[in-house]
Amino acid sequence: MGATETVGGGQAGRLAWRLAEVIEIRDETPRVRTLRIGVPGWRGHKAGQHVDVRLTAEDGYQAQRSYSIASAPESPWIELAIERLDDGEVSPYLAGEVRPGDTLELRGPIGGYFTWTVDDGGPLLLVAGGSGVAPLMAMVRHREAAKRAIPTTVLFSSRSAGEIIFRDELDRLAAVDPSLRTVHTLTRNQPEGWTGFRRRIDAAMLAEVAGPPHPGEGLLAFVCGPTRLVENVATDLLALGHRADRVKTERFGPTGT
Amino acid sequence: METTDADRHLDGNAAGGMLAEVFRFEATTVIVTCAGCGAAGPMAELLLYGHGMGQILRCAGCDTAVVRVARVRDRHWLDLRGARSLQIGGGQ
Repeated sequence: MGATETVGGGQAGRLAWRLAEVIEIRDETPRVRTLRIGVPGWRGHKAGQHVDVRLTAEDGYQAQRSYSIASAPESPWIELAIERLDDGEVSPYLAGEVRPGDTLELRGPIGGYFTWTVDDGGPLLLVAGGSGVAPLMAMVRHREAAKRAIPTTVLFSSRSAGEIIFRDELDRLAAVDPSLRTVHTLTRNQPEGWTGFRRRIDAAMLAEVAGPPHPGEGLLAFVCGPTRLVENVATDLLALGHRADRVKTERFGPTGT
Repeated sequence: METTDADRHLDGNAAGGMLAEVFRFEATTVIVTCAGCGAAGPMAELLLYGHGMGQILRCAGCDTAVVRVARVRDRHWLDLRGARSLQIGGGQ
């Protein structure tokens, strides 16, 4: 398969599949690692957007998945946080075998709904479940890169302390930025002395973390994670009085398309 | 978080790539009214079923297949019978 196959009509340029190179790989947790990828001719993205990645086997079989971009739009490369799914077709390769210098086919950036720029303002509530944190991390990093003190709360549900993706970076940013707050909940195992939440996100937790609906336009919420978390959180936020058009959701669906 | 089959749905956000092959505007922000139950919302919030070559976007409320897109070589098939209307643009 050629690197520059185009599909569709008027937007073929934007949608062209292109060859990109893996520059660097970092382990985030035992199951998640970040791929830093250089994309020739990349024209930037908005925080929250994703790329489609396509792998082609020697026999021509193709598998395609969508991965949110976790890096800030200000970065010259893109970073994807890949969670290894043992029954996956694509993630075992991207989270296991791929090496710096390898090439991937990808297209993007894609998406105009689950996106945010500092000009959209806040206050922001970013609710993440597991690797659903990736597009929200792009928003946090964009906010930091743009040096805009938009009040932001990250509510992040993970199974255990060792599975908190980007934990060090989130803690480091929040420690020096009074307008950024990170709240963790651990749903399965909590280390000794854990003082954070220890249950799935529910209405009471959202009420405590997000507070009452703000005056004016209210807070702007982005929710990304497994289907059930996303739908429960969205339902709870509306029941708490937050505006439906200010609550944006993305189901990350671990098995991919 | 435990992951079950019911958790394993993507949504219209992930269909953005294929939708952009068909529509010349940003489709995920289009407000779609479901022909099954009348619910209206952004295409991004429909539930996505299917693989790279063919995708179905279903209403989260009533399961109606609202948008169906399939690609066969360089041709796309678009079936919108499950959509009563599309609201396109309007500052989205």
